[in-house]
Amino acid sequence: MLETLGSLATGFNIALAPQFLAYAFAGCVIGTLVGMLPGLGPLAGISLLLPGTLGLNPTAALIMLAGVYYGAMYGGSTTSILMRIPGEAASVMTCIDGYAMTQRGRGGAALAIAAIGSFVAGTLSVIGLMLLAPPLAEFAIRFGPAEYTSLLLVGLIVLAYMSGGSMPRMLAMAAVGLLVGMIGMDVMSGYARFTGGVIELRDGLGIVPVAVGLFGISEIMLSAAKAREVAVRQPRLRELVPTAAELKDAVAPIARGSVLGFLIGIIPGSAHIISSFVAYGVERRLSKTPERFGNGAVAGVAGPESANNAAASGAFVPMLALGVPSGPIPAVMLAAIMVHGVVPGPLLINERPEIFWGFIASMYVGNVVLLMLNLPLVGIFIQVLRIPYRYLYPLILTLCVIGVYAVGQSVVDIWIMIAMGFLGYAMRKLGYEPAPLVLGMVIAPQLELSFRQALALSGGSYSIFVARPVSAALLVLAVVLLALSVRSALTRRADWRTRLGLEERG
Amino acid sequence: VGGLRDDQASGAALALAGAAIAWQSWQYPLGSVSAPGPGYLPFALGIALLAFGAFIALAGGRSSPFGWQRFDDGPKGLAILAGLAFAALALERLGYRITIAVLLVYYLGVLERRPWVRTLVLTAVVALGSHHLFARWLRVPLPVGVFGF
Repeated sequence: MLETLGSLATGFNIALAPQFLAYAFAGCVIGTLVGMLPGLGPLAGISLLLPGTLGLNPTAALIMLAGVYYGAMYGGSTTSILMRIPGEAASVMTCIDGYAMTQRGRGGAALAIAAIGSFVAGTLSVIGLMLLAPPLAEFAIRFGPAEYTSLLLVGLIVLAYMSGGSMPRMLAMAAVGLLVGMIGMDVMSGYARFTGGVIELRDGLGIVPVAVGLFGISEIMLSAAKAREVAVRQPRLRELVPTAAELKDAVAPIARGSVLGFLIGIIPGSAHIISSFVAYGVERRLSKTPERFGNGAVAGVAGPESANNAAASGAFVPMLALGVPSGPIPAVMLAAIMVHGVVPGPLLINERPEIFWGFIASMYVGNVVLLMLNLPLVGIFIQVLRIPYRYLYPLILTLCVIGVYAVGQSVVDIWIMIAMGFLGYAMRKLGYEPAPLVLGMVIAPQLELSFRQALALSGGSYSIFVARPVSAALLVLAVVLLALSVRSALTRRADWRTRLGLEERG
Repeated sequence: VGGLRDDQASGAALALAGAAIAWQSWQYPLGSVSAPGPGYLPFALGIALLAFGAFIALAGGRSSPFGWQRFDDGPKGLAILAGLAFAALALERLGYRITIAVLLVYYLGVLERRPWVRTLVLTAVVALGSHHLFARWLRVPLPVGVFGF
């Protein structure tokens, strides 16, 4: 424990240095704007900012991008509460009761509760991250290729299962993602695959053009046609103070949302989105007055908002401890530190403590910055929503072109972004999730390498994957999840994921 | 398209893609189980994609009918992509500032029919301002075209 506190003190020395403080501040401001603007979610926001961090050192890059990530969680709640527009997907649940509170004249209080809940959850889950990541990394140092293969495979299957959609569709998207990740030179033999003779593709597809295309461009293609101007209502400063009763109603949901969000965050999947759905469902089930949900229940704002912020920190546990991303956002952040030659994995905490502890400390700082920033300055932030979408989306597209080109200095990346934008648009229209595709693409090189190494080690025997206990346990988990999906598909019974979705809709 | 269903169309497309990938991977060295080659895993994934696609198509009889009317925002979406395609073609030929200026005039003036004065002022501010921000302050190397700027 003393060692942890000592390391944390070192982290604070880094995070409180003026230049890192400035990066955390910039990340939080940009993240808040990204979270507010429809068509620019945290993933596209982080991807676009990636080129701007190339000139920074890896600690500064990570601090700034993390600021964007949890800043977006804060920012998304503002538009949900004041205008019933979820700036990003994790804020969908906040729309219901947050907007109902606005209609009752309590919008300011809802914003304050969301900000306080996010702050408490963010801080608690950073403590969880700080305590959990080092021992997990210690444990994972003993992992061999078989364990890594099973871990990555399970990650994809859990993501597919947690997303609640049809399992074959999710697995098909994961397979497409893995194949996309295999475009380029084979790491073991140097053989070029699926490049079609394009030299630039020999290094593989970059995560930035793929993520910006799939999430950013496709969203703009969908929303540009139905853009409408929205009325912006600015809350007065005195409205921001919640009543004693509202605060009392918020305490337990914030605590539950923090724990629930953190635990869901560790599990692969679009954790920040799922956690807010689950937290809303839990709060309504536990409530003595469930009829108030939908009509401005404080718990309906406090629970999901706390959960999605806690999940954002939870998602960093596997990323920092194992070097394995649990979803598309940590995947892009891993790519950001890999650009700087930092090798993610269990050894990161010991070998580059300044990155790990500087990052942890910056998350405490970031949460304070966001609390100070979001409440008093909410009036300024929402001015950005007055910009009509027909002006906004051309500017976002310009940013996409610059951001994608700047990473690799290649127009091939812009073509990849266009192709992925088209693919993302078609996928959304036909009900396919892009998240497994992005995660599959990012883990493909690592998965293929450990898979082939494991088979080489065992002399070609697949039994290596079940002979090693950790690998076997992970594969059992994968089989159980697949069996559960098959059962719910065969019996056509709505399981907890579908029921949750249906409840929230109806 | 007659009685075709969503999942039948998308499942068939995935199955076809899976078959094409498996065939392509077959051309690469597959290696052996003890020393898998570069074609080994892509081939297996191609077959898996073929299987998932076939399953989705076969089980898709009850999904919603496939109709082009769902893609009613498609023409505008394609017009947006056309602008980006222009940027990809022009960026290294015309240089950053001219490309971004043409792109913004196309989006704001042509596609969104915003007033021309406002379009031109905004275009000039963004094309020159973003160049200053990225090239000077953030030191991101931006392309210079045949005109030398």
